Amino acid sequence: MPRVLQGLLVTVEATVVGMALALVVGLVLVIGRRARSRIIVAPVRFIIEFIRSTPLLVQLYFIFFVFPDLGIRLGPFLAGVIGLGLHYGCYMSEVYRSGIDNIPKGQWEAAISLDLTRIQTYRDIILPQAVPPILPMVGNYLISMFKDTPLLSAITVLEMLQRAKMIGSETFHYFEPLTVVGILFLILSLLSSVAVRRLEKILPKGGFPLK
Amino acid sequence: MTASEQTIAKFENVHKTFPTIKVFDGINFSVSRGEKVAIIGPSGSGKSTLLRVLMTLEDVDSGNVVIDDQYLWRQHNGRSTRIEGRELRELRKNVGMVFQHFHLFPHMTALRNVTEAPVQVLKLSKAEAQERARELLHMVGLDDKVDQYPAELSGGQKQRVAIARALAMQPKIMLFDEVTSALDPELVEEVLNVMRTLAKENDLTMLIVTHQMYFAGEIADRISFFDNGLIVEEGPPSEILYNPTEERTQAFLKSFTQGNNTGT
Repeated sequence: MPRVLQGLLVTVEATVVGMALALVVGLVLVIGRRARSRIIVAPVRFIIEFIRSTPLLVQLYFIFFVFPDLGIRLGPFLAGVIGLGLHYGCYMSEVYRSGIDNIPKGQWEAAISLDLTRIQTYRDIILPQAVPPILPMVGNYLISMFKDTPLLSAITVLEMLQRAKMIGSETFHYFEPLTVVGILFLILSLLSSVAVRRLEKILPKGGFPLK
Repeated sequence: MTASEQTIAKFENVHKTFPTIKVFDGINFSVSRGEKVAIIGPSGSGKSTLLRVLMTLEDVDSGNVVIDDQYLWRQHNGRSTRIEGRELRELRKNVGMVFQHFHLFPHMTALRNVTEAPVQVLKLSKAEAQERARELLHMVGLDDKVDQYPAELSGGQKQRVAIARALAMQPKIMLFDEVTSALDPELVEEVLNVMRTLAKENDLTMLIVTHQMYFAGEIADRISFFDNGLIVEEGPPSEILYNPTEERTQAFLKSFTQGNNTGT
């Protein structure tokens, strides 16, 4: 049991770090996708389509086993969270996009008329209004990512499932450790979705207020 | 030519086509520093687009557009190109705009709406920007609304905040795009009164697209009548409103006196 809990810690860490990365990657991708220059837009769209159309497991293998051949050697945990972050970052960019597309064109025009730069416009005008409505979606992706972390066991990360398997192979008792893992996933997922629903209720309707 | 008669904005043979219609069919138009020009004409005649080109929200196909002696759009080999980057941003500082639908930032208080650009763009200190914003909000009669969010304001109050927001950037040219068209009739006057006050400032150039003929007649030094992508006729209000020479102007004004003169 304590070994499984240690694994749980790794799982949660991977989820939190992976999600933080995905939020940043998603933001960069969505801004790239909405750039004025086609030289930026085309490759960004390709990257998003490419990553979304290939399985996370393949991407993890690639980062962990192929990158070293290219001179990029990463530990299993780091490779794992980068894989999660990139993969979910692409989904996150679509989430951001739906939030940004809902901002009326007039907000952009007002920002131009006041001579704000594009960065200032995103930071002060667009994102504070676009982010609150998409937070529930972000929460759902957080739960999906959490449930995808066992894939990291394939690149030797000692997360919860991997530890349970190890306990099983040492003791020949698979039932107990795997059941514990299943229950822990269930509990945390349920708690997270309750938190997401709570969040929906308290989100500011008109965007994050700026005084 | 005296200083007050200098040209501050100019369109030279400007053409612009949307997929289905000609918006500008060779427009020539110029405004002098401090002049108050009202632009009237039927919907779709290109009058709002003229303002939007000056605000750099809209492109043109050919011709020159000049603001404050600098080219915004310059024709070369039959096509026009726009200045970009730092030059564009510097030029844009000369122009402020008030929109039909306000476009206030809903997540910001009235005060923050007015201080945002001065702090970010003009790099004023927050305290200085707030002091000026309070003066402007006082001028538009909204001292007691500085800490309210747009959702808590009436349409007329929103539009007055929007005017203060544009003025806070100290533009030389103020563009008003049908600013009372989205307002309930009883809220129109409070916005027009602010514009009447502004019109007393000799240095401020005002371009006003409007359907309020009486207001155009009262505030403008000159009225320009737009139709089908062309300026059909322009001159002092007394001429255009009461003694137009062009048939199209006469027909347009007639349609107004027959009922709908409160604006659309």
